Amino acid sequence: MSNDGVNNGRRSFLIATTAVGGGVGAVGIAIPFVKSWAPNEKAKAAGAPAKADISKIEPGAMITVAWRGKPVYVVSRTEETLGFLEGLAPELKDPDNADKGQQPAYADNIQRSRKPEIAVIEGVCTHLGCAPKFFPEVKPQSFQEDWKGGFFCPCHGSRFDLSGRVFNGSPAAKNLPVPPHSYLDENTLIIGVDEENS
Amino acid sequence: MSKLQDLMGWIDHRLPVTVTFEKHMSKYYAPKNFNFWYFFGVFSMLMLANQILTGVWLTMSYTPTAEGAFASVEYIMRDVEMGWLIRYLHSTGATFFFIVVYMHMFRGLMYGSYQKPRELIWIFGMAIYLMLMAEAFMGYVLPWGQMSYWGAQVILSIFGALPVIGPDLVEWVRGDFLLSGITLNRFFALHVIALPLVIVALVILHILALHEVGSNNPDGVDIKKYKDENGAPLDGVPFHPYYTVHDLVGIVVFLFVFCFVLFFFPEGSGYVLEHANFEEANGLKTPEHIAPVWYFGAFYTILRAITFDVGPISSQLGGVIAMGGAIAILFALPWLDRSPVKSWRYKGLISRINLIIFAIFFVLLTWLGTKPASGLYQILGQIGTLIYFAWFITLPYISANEKTKPVPERVTG
Repeated sequence: MSNDGVNNGRRSFLIATTAVGGGVGAVGIAIPFVKSWAPNEKAKAAGAPAKADISKIEPGAMITVAWRGKPVYVVSRTEETLGFLEGLAPELKDPDNADKGQQPAYADNIQRSRKPEIAVIEGVCTHLGCAPKFFPEVKPQSFQEDWKGGFFCPCHGSRFDLSGRVFNGSPAAKNLPVPPHSYLDENTLIIGVDEENS
Repeated sequence: MSKLQDLMGWIDHRLPVTVTFEKHMSKYYAPKNFNFWYFFGVFSMLMLANQILTGVWLTMSYTPTAEGAFASVEYIMRDVEMGWLIRYLHSTGATFFFIVVYMHMFRGLMYGSYQKPRELIWIFGMAIYLMLMAEAFMGYVLPWGQMSYWGAQVILSIFGALPVIGPDLVEWVRGDFLLSGITLNRFFALHVIALPLVIVALVILHILALHEVGSNNPDGVDIKKYKDENGAPLDGVPFHPYYTVHDLVGIVVFLFVFCFVLFFFPEGSGYVLEHANFEEANGLKTPEHIAPVWYFGAFYTILRAITFDVGPISSQLGGVIAMGGAIAILFALPWLDRSPVKSWRYKGLISRINLIIFAIFFVLLTWLGTKPASGLYQILGQIGTLIYFAWFITLPYISANEKTKPVPERVTG
């Protein structure tokens, strides 16, 4: 075929528009594949609230409740440890809950809870997602001499107080999240529901 | 002509079998001075073949669900005929795959095999290494033990540190609000289909690029400069039969070592199979000590070495950047080394000492990755991280300015 009389401008235009058309098609066909990876309906439905009986928790002890597959720590704090919360402020990254996303509005207080003595905290380290370990005793620990009780993450050494607030010098940057929670009655905690008596 | 030659001729007219065999085997001239270090490329191929073969057999008995995975691995170990052997071949194979790949990479560093005109070979090799890390990570999740679960939890959370997109990206990769059977399912698909296809394709590109420019050698001398009357390099020998037979001997010795570990130390004191992984995954309880498998150790140590905030960059994001940078900078190596000579035999003393220090600290970082990050370990990890990056950053200056020795015209020894 001869190339005489070829309209090069028209040829370039057709090549460019065809390429753009093909590109749009490629992006279009990628959408279902990308979307397919998002959490599916079954995963979304699995987030039902979890109930826990708090009457059996000894003062100073903790129970772990599974909510959405995550561990939620429910700690019954003693008068003694509650008294430490105020004084720990200088050692903490965010003592006053400046990051509002880490707790519901009703837990935006120094105890970070509805009931002062009961702490409800997600046991998922804000660093890389390990479950921090509970060290309630007020005694020197290998990771801190003047330990006043709290959580220590075995993975990368982040430390949190009994309200889940992160200590300076931890690789984690944020406080442990407080999940939405409320009380059905005096002794029944419900995790995943904000309103009281709902 | 015999019947066989007739048949070959018939095929060659339709498919370039003979031409391809000659180009890549019987008329591919490899330098005659290959030493011990040149075995590791073929060992890598052997391990890849081992992983694919045993992997296919493992899928025949494995159940990729959160409920069934752990039990199905036990079923393979106890009930499936020879299942234990096939599984140990796969798990020991993963460890040996990384050993030989690291040796192969170190060979490249010693003899400047990444330098012009072999930059693309190095890039493809690094891409293989990166894919191999993803492949190994996903494979480690499949037995659904405690270390599978929490190792994956930590590694995936790393991406959560990325600004803006991080949390959504992690949720998208997991396909759930936490690590679950959904994640296990997709990792299985990627581990057994998607990534092996990519790795095999990259290996083909790696070898095609190598055969285009020819192999480097311990002297870093271009063997194509001196050719005989037939155009064959004087310092080269045909890959087949010389190196095919030569490599078979190496493979036999290698398999002795491999089988020794396979049969006598299949768990490798917790380095091949970690102890915590003999307990089924439990999303509510983190094991006492989380460590990645040894071959990720160096990069894991670098991740953990950043314990301080740098301006607006939090320590967490800083660690992710350092780890990503440690891998990314390897890709740039061909352009960082500005030495006029390839092999370290002819580089200056400082280059040679630096490379040895770099290698020692890489091994140290690898070992530290399996230890808790506290006290002395933490400080050593930070020093090692500094030295790791210092090697790359000083390389352009040292390699461009130091006095080199004259390179011989022909290969030695």
